[in-house]
Amino acid sequence: MKGGALFPVRLRYTKRGKVRWISHRDVARAFERALRIEQLPLAFTEGFSPRPKVSFGLALPTGYESDAEYLDLELVSEVDLDTLPAAISDALPSGIDVIGASALDERAPALMDVVTSTEWVVTVVASDGSPLARGALTSTVDDALQMPVLDTTRHRKGREVVEDVRPVISRIDVHRDVEGNDTSCTMELRTQPRSAKPGDVLAAIASATAISGGLAEAGVLRTHQWIERDGARLEPHCADTRPRVLVARDLNKGTPDVRRDHDTGTLAGVAHAAGGTGPEQGN
Amino acid sequence: MSSLWPRIEPLLARVEKPARYIGMERGAQTPVHRPQNVSWLLVYPDTYEIGLPNQGLQILYEILNERVDAAAERAYAPWIDLEVELRARGLPLFSVDTHRAAADFDVIAFNLSAELVFTNVLNLVDLAGVPVRNEDRNATHPIVLAGGHCAFNPEPLAGYVDAFVIGEGEEVVGEITEVVGAWPRAGRVDREALLHELATIPGVYVPAMYDVDYDGAFIREVRPRYADVPERVDKRTVADLGEWPYPKNQLVPLVEVVHDRLNVEVFRGCTRGCRFCQAGMITRPVRERPEEQVRTMVREGLRRTGYDEVALTSLSTADFSGIDRVVADLVTDQEGTGGVSLSLPSLRVDAFTVGLASEIQKVRRTGLTFAPEAGTWRMRQVINKLITEDDLYAAVDAAYSQGWRRVKLYFLTGLPTEVDEDTIGIADLAKHVVDIGKQYSKQASCTVSVGGFVPKPHTPFQWFGQNGVQELRRKIGLLRDATKGTRAQVKWHDAQATYAEGIASRGDRRIGRVIERVWRAGGMFQEWSEHFDLARWLDAMAAEGLDPDWYVTRHRHHDEILPWDHITAGLHKDFLWNDWQASLQAHGLPDCRWTPCYDCGVCTDYALEHVVASPVAPAGGSQGTGQDLSAGGSAPVRFLGRVGTGS
Repeated sequence: MKGGALFPVRLRYTKRGKVRWISHRDVARAFERALRIEQLPLAFTEGFSPRPKVSFGLALPTGYESDAEYLDLELVSEVDLDTLPAAISDALPSGIDVIGASALDERAPALMDVVTSTEWVVTVVASDGSPLARGALTSTVDDALQMPVLDTTRHRKGREVVEDVRPVISRIDVHRDVEGNDTSCTMELRTQPRSAKPGDVLAAIASATAISGGLAEAGVLRTHQWIERDGARLEPHCADTRPRVLVARDLNKGTPDVRRDHDTGTLAGVAHAAGGTGPEQGN
Repeated sequence: MSSLWPRIEPLLARVEKPARYIGMERGAQTPVHRPQNVSWLLVYPDTYEIGLPNQGLQILYEILNERVDAAAERAYAPWIDLEVELRARGLPLFSVDTHRAAADFDVIAFNLSAELVFTNVLNLVDLAGVPVRNEDRNATHPIVLAGGHCAFNPEPLAGYVDAFVIGEGEEVVGEITEVVGAWPRAGRVDREALLHELATIPGVYVPAMYDVDYDGAFIREVRPRYADVPERVDKRTVADLGEWPYPKNQLVPLVEVVHDRLNVEVFRGCTRGCRFCQAGMITRPVRERPEEQVRTMVREGLRRTGYDEVALTSLSTADFSGIDRVVADLVTDQEGTGGVSLSLPSLRVDAFTVGLASEIQKVRRTGLTFAPEAGTWRMRQVINKLITEDDLYAAVDAAYSQGWRRVKLYFLTGLPTEVDEDTIGIADLAKHVVDIGKQYSKQASCTVSVGGFVPKPHTPFQWFGQNGVQELRRKIGLLRDATKGTRAQVKWHDAQATYAEGIASRGDRRIGRVIERVWRAGGMFQEWSEHFDLARWLDAMAAEGLDPDWYVTRHRHHDEILPWDHITAGLHKDFLWNDWQASLQAHGLPDCRWTPCYDCGVCTDYALEHVVASPVAPAGGSQGTGQDLSAGGSAPVRFLGRVGTGS
């Protein structure tokens, strides 16, 4: 951060619906165009080919949805953070909505380095797409989590690599529908020192337990990213952000939606995404 | 009429680049389908990445959706992985806008910008669930339409496409909409009656309305079947580009595509008269967009799209009358905004052009491309690309001296009257270019890109017998030997694909069955080297009892009826023949904007005029005129006083 004073901002955004089929790189390009359309006072890198100073968090695999994506950007002058989310969202493809903007500490570490785990809701079916039997996922997950090693085969740079995903799993909670069938699970997966996709974890569980009919993801939604620090868990829009007074509007309803972060005492400018799980504070 | 999305989406996890199939681009229209509306599916018969930027398709997409009686959506060829999944489940070709089945549209319209996509056209009609041969369609099937440059020889697809649009589509799509719109109200029973009526729209060619008689291998006669169907179909031309500021909402794709930038068309047509260039011949006359409109389209386009690059497109952008002013203004406009880059594709070869390029590209001067097209002055006179060696070396010197490090040169080989000296001449030019570069930088390099020449309909070279595969390979070999050990790197196009293109580009109706056989044998995506196999084409020709060399390498006679003679771009056949004879004598023909009219036929027959913003040749524009007219001189064209200078 050289030059004059900069105003770093952290944005939280969603990736929902059809747009989930675009890649992380495509999302980055869509943001670059949206920031230019909105003519934000962007800070640029030095050199022959100046790029806006935007840094993204962990990549979301293509095809997965999310209510908890983050990016940091640097501005050369202050902007109204209340109106910023709606303005940028207007210029983004439908399904990518900025749902929060917070002023960031100037020396905030990069998102990639500080996020320690991610939380997912995974809709699970059998390999042929049929629903799972009552209790099938619960017992399979219980069995799998007893195992010291959960190997899965991944394709990496054209080679097949066997990786143990057991160290990545922080917790898995199985959910049932009203009729008692196992339909989905919440996974919290560590990102440090390395991470795994929910699909890889599911494949490892299916293969280790040899569950008949197999397991397949029928929909994956990232609900949270967590920064574990001094025993507390924070969503990135509450970590390393500067205290400020603000009332974030619910983007869809236009009603005030003030949320107090109990850990930091600051108010986080976050609003709900349509149909998404609302942002929550970690405890 | 319902969306296929719920059935398509589960397939996307299994295919490459799923974002090709979701639509959602900024600028995408929300088509309103009503029973009384004519629905158009505009199809580019290659991948999304190649097809999305196509400006013709985007222009028609907007114009049709602006109409109250029409709705238009887009489709692109699904890649092979998705097609396998679709066919396995009985799912059809679909639109990317609302994921409707292709057969639910009233009109399926293909853009034909290259001959090697013909097999994809058949495949997509089949994937749509529509009979591939037009004779098998009935009143329940959509009308299959095609337009674009390759429609100027529609005969190879005459048995597959119901109607072709010859020339520019802006106006005619509305006329077609009205005719098709009246059809359902008339009971929608008689497909023949609808086709007959379409055939009476100027610029629309309906092959089923014409009988072709042969005399052995040759065509004896092409005869309309009804008195009100024209003997010759004239192309459509928009008289004033200023009235058509499209696309107004250029699509911004979510995935990377070719030409991924704002594109603003600055003029149509070209009068330099390069004899190999079909685009230059069939798009005459020159019609420039008013300078002020160019500025507005750039400014508003950048604001709306968020792009950081804009291209001013045409067949020779440095020839745009106001180019230096427009460039200067754009560069000033963009200062301090974090860098919008301007690109000028299709530049001519001279120092003025390099001056423009350096105005635009203040930093990152890496590569600059020129197209001298041929290796010797004699050869360039034959093809009428009147660039002298001095022009080229001055341009290259200017480029290297101003910091560019890589120069790319485009050439054609297999040209009429070409001898080995001309081929070696390419190497000599390249070597000299490297030598110039070395004076400025140790890293200076030169890439030579060589394509095999395919003679095209409606050009003076339409009578020329193309070089065969062996001959083209021999010439490329000569060139590679001649550049060995130098810093000129040679890249070339596959001579076998050039041969197949030759079959399709000057083919007649009999070639249709060959294309069908190639498709049925699995020959799709023929522009993609990994999917191309000449054996499929040769097998298909043999199965149809046709001699490929008769179509490809044979010189045509003066008196021969060419398969596309009943289609016209306005160029008199005599003019083309005389120009062909002149080329054989290595006689060049300067740009007709700055010299007396050669009476090619376009302006006079169509009561059109070249529309330019300035009465004098563009600054530095000596190329192609043989003399420097930039200081003054009169132009034999109508001068529109749009920039305040009066006429």
